[in-house]
Order: sequence, then structure tokens, then C-alpha cells
Amino acid sequence: MPSLAGLFFWMNVKIEDINKIIVKKPLKLDCGKTINNFPLAYETYGKLNANKDNAILVFHALTGDQFVTGTNPITNKEGWWITAVGPGKAIDTDKYFVICANVIGGCMGSLGPKDTNPENNQPYGLDFPVITIKDMVKAQESLLEHLGIKKLLCATGGSMGGMQLLQFCATFPDKAFSAVPIACSSSHSAQNIALNELARQAIMADPVWDNGKYVSKKVQPKNGLAVARMVGHISYLSEKGMQEKFGRKLQEKADYEFSFNADFQVESYLRHQGYAFVERFDANSILYITRAMDYFDLSKQYKGGLVEAFKNQNTKFLVISFSSDWLYTTKENKDIVIALNASGADVSYSEIITDKGHDSFLLNELEFLKTLKGFIDSMYEKFKNEKRI
Amino acid sequence: MKKEFKVIAGLLPNNTRVLDVGCGDGSLMSFLREEKNIEVRGLELNQENVQQCISKGLPVIQGNAETELHQFPDQSFDYVVLSQTLQAFYNPEEVLKNLLRIGKAVIVSIPNFGYWKVRMKLLFFGVMPVTKTLPNTWYNTPNLHMCTIKDLFKFCDEKNINIKQVVGVNEDKTSLIKKSNLEIKNLFSKLGIFLIG
Repeated sequence: MPSLAGLFFWMNVKIEDINKIIVKKPLKLDCGKTINNFPLAYETYGKLNANKDNAILVFHALTGDQFVTGTNPITNKEGWWITAVGPGKAIDTDKYFVICANVIGGCMGSLGPKDTNPENNQPYGLDFPVITIKDMVKAQESLLEHLGIKKLLCATGGSMGGMQLLQFCATFPDKAFSAVPIACSSSHSAQNIALNELARQAIMADPVWDNGKYVSKKVQPKNGLAVARMVGHISYLSEKGMQEKFGRKLQEKADYEFSFNADFQVESYLRHQGYAFVERFDANSILYITRAMDYFDLSKQYKGGLVEAFKNQNTKFLVISFSSDWLYTTKENKDIVIALNASGADVSYSEIITDKGHDSFLLNELEFLKTLKGFIDSMYEKFKNEKRI
Repeated sequence: MKKEFKVIAGLLPNNTRVLDVGCGDGSLMSFLREEKNIEVRGLELNQENVQQCISKGLPVIQGNAETELHQFPDQSFDYVVLSQTLQAFYNPEEVLKNLLRIGKAVIVSIPNFGYWKVRMKLLFFGVMPVTKTLPNTWYNTPNLHMCTIKDLFKFCDEKNINIKQVVGVNEDKTSLIKKSNLEIKNLFSKLGIFLIG
């Protein structure tokens, strides 16, 4: 087992405080390597009932973590999906048992590139195996086993979380009664790969990165990582949303400074987002996770394509997209619906009209949250009835 | 439930697979699922209606029947239902062709422009008819291609579409329409419900 203590060098946190299991079962990765006895960090909210029929698994996105709601004990900020998950919310933790695990390759307690490689007692860095979405999902299945959950009431996730969910349903067709993939895709588009490459190149261009060996020097390629985050933030907004939020407004000044300081609010926003991010995320993790996203192509895994991937699905799906999302477009989400339809699966689809872009799934978008709540509550009634019969 | 839906439900056998195109808030789908154990799917444009269907646990796809029927595979449903919307499409012929491709049989209902009150409005008052089944005025009606029961009969004949059964509806009364009573029923039915394919 790799030693994790002290590796969160840029955070004031005790890693022991994070819930985790050690996955003993060897996990054969898509790249051919095998990992075993690795940590998988997770968090749960609400209570699992006696029938174990109220469990909801949430898959997090690229820069997310297991702290879905409440206060993230590492960052002391709100959980990333506090708008949707919590007491009385769309995913009501008074009613449901919500589980979320940090993906492998991540940096919030699950095995990742900043952990110690048992072969040489050095941080993995680029010796960490290249992982895939499928590897992430397989690791999380071990957690369900550990928690004694045979069938989830629902599994959900947005963005990369949605991609994990599609993989989860294809690989484990009997594990979820219902599924809500949100703002995602069944394969990464050229544009998405290009944006991820931009993020990676920004990190690699930072001399501090040093081929990923910065971890042992207890530093972080902050500049590169911040630029990578800025790229992401642009892609999460829409043109209209950005114009409305920032326009050409200046940042706490009356006129141009005739300098390269952040004159515009939008610049200031990006810089703030970028540099706040380096406090909580590991640069190598960004390389590994974006790679996993780029490699994701569900139809490639199955002869006969996407329809074949969803064959024999008993899971009831609700696909949701956002009209102004140009990162994971309505068209891409609809392709998932078409494939599910063609495979005969039970599928619903809703496009939420909004200017908020890809970020919409994290925001207080009422129509979205209402739709999500309506679906999950109705699925719970169905699932209970089915179990009774 | 409205009379029209009762007639449509009556035409559908138990335990079948049905696609309801323009399913609204899902009231027909709910009835079919609960009373006839029918496996239902809906297609609906309006966001609020979609939300209502989802809350009722009814599978519904938000989309436009005019442009998005292609996503359903050939013969993937036993029946496809289209209630009072055929006349609102830009290309009703294409939509009908698609419905017949998707379903082994199709149920189409139309507001009958041949109903006597409709004819009277135009004949005696010289204005576009506004009635209970046709509540809009000429400038805001969604109906682009109004037709009569007789028109749809003729259309099916010309396109070699097999008519299995036609039911005329007037308030609470229903009657079977055949070629022999077509003229009179075309005059006295507010709605025509066609089972074709």
C-alpha cells in the first residue's frame, strides 16, 4: 500500500480524515498493467435504508472529488454539487443514500500520480499507469461491493461523470435501476481532445513541471496548472453567458491601465479561478484524467457500436443536455438517446434551455433540478414496487 | 379522460409497445400503462409537459416530431399514436410515412374540417371556422394542413395505405365509419380516428 501521509503538501489536511477503502482485488487496467491494494477515497451522505434500495451513486467530473455536498473538509468550500444534493434538494439526502468516490488518477485520496510508487518508493509522477474511464468505473464497483449494495436506485453524473456513468451501465448492466447522464458524450470529440491538449501543454510548458517529477521536490507547476484551469473555465461558459456576466467591464478601475494587469473583469475572473485551483489539485492528475477522457469512446469498445454497448439494458435512462453547452452539445447527448432508443432501452430525454453553458449542471438551474427530482422520486417508487414483487 | 383517448385506448390491445407522438402531459400514456399493461414511450416538444411525464415515471423524449422521428428504428413499436397534430406539420405526408415505418400500425386522429358546423361557418358567415375542436383564429392557428375525414380516406387510398378501422367521434357518441356511410359521417363527426398500416 502506498504511503499517502504528507503528500498533500499544499493543503493543511490530514489525509487520514478522508474515508477510504483499500481495494485488494487486482484491477487489470486497459493499458495492460495491474494495480492492487490501492486506496479508493469516498464520501457518503444520508442513510442506507434496511432494504438497501435508496442508494444513489454520483460520478464526479474532471476536477471534482468525492465531496459532493456540505463542506469540503479539504478546501473548506461548499461541495461541488450542493445545488442538487442535500436535505430537501433534488437528490434528497433525507431520503436517499448518496455515494461518491474520488476517481483513480485523482488527488483526493484515491490512488493517483502523486502517490508513492512501491517499486522505488518515489512519487509515481509519469510512472503512474495511463488510466481510462473504464478503469475508474471498475474501481468504483469495488466500493459498491464493500458497501453491500447489489443494485443502485440511480447512478448519475455530469460531464466526465456522465461518461463514467455510460461506461458503468455498459460494463455492469444490472447494477443500476435508473441512470441520469448529464451533459456528456459517448466519445470525446476532436474539439474536446484539442481543449484537453491545450490544458496538458500548458502544464508541460511550465519548467516547474519537470517531466512530472515536481512532486518529490514538494512544489507544483502553478502557472501551467492555472492556465490549464483557465482553458477549462472558458469552455464551461457560453458566449452569451460570458458576455452577460462580464461584458467589457473593468476590474475595480475607471479606465485602462495600459499594462498587462487584469484590466477586464473576465481576466480577473480567469486568473482567480486558475490560481485558486492550484491550491486543491495536482497537475499530473489533470494530465492523467484528461487523457482518460480523450481515450473514451464507448462505441469503439463494442463491435456494432453504441447500440451494441447498450444492448440488454434494463436500466431506465434520463439523458439531460443544456442548450448553450458547446463542450458537450445537445447533438452529442441526443446521439446517446438515439442509440439507447435503437437498443430498445427505456429512455427519457430533456434539453434544458439556458445561457449558462456546460456549467449549468452545477448551478441553480430550476428546470434542470425539477426534472432531475421528478425522475429520481418516480424511479424510487418504481424500484420499491419492483422489489416488493 | 377525454372520449378520444378512450377510443384510442380501445383500439390498442393489452401488453403491446406503443409510441405516443406529441404525448402532452402523459395522460394517455399513464392510462395505457396502468389499465392495459402497455409499454409506452412518448415524444413531446413542450418542456413543461416533458417534466410532467418524467415526474410520473413515463419515458419521454423531448423533441420535434417533424424533424426527429428518424431516431426511432423501423418497426420498433406495435403501434404509434398521433393525436390531433397531423394537420400542424409542415409536411404531414412525410410524418405519416415515418409513423408507418416506426409502427406496425398507426393510430391518427384529426379534427374534422368536414364537420357541419365548420362548413356552416365558412358557407354562411364567410369566415374561417372557430369551434371547440378548432379553437384558434386564422392568424394564430398552428394548423397548416386542415383536412376532412373524407380527405384522409382519399389520401390513404391514393398512397396505398391500408385502412383497418375508422371511428368518428361527436361529443360522447362514437360510430364506425366505412366507405358506405362516409358522406354522412364526414358531416357529423367532430373527430376522425384512423387505424392504419
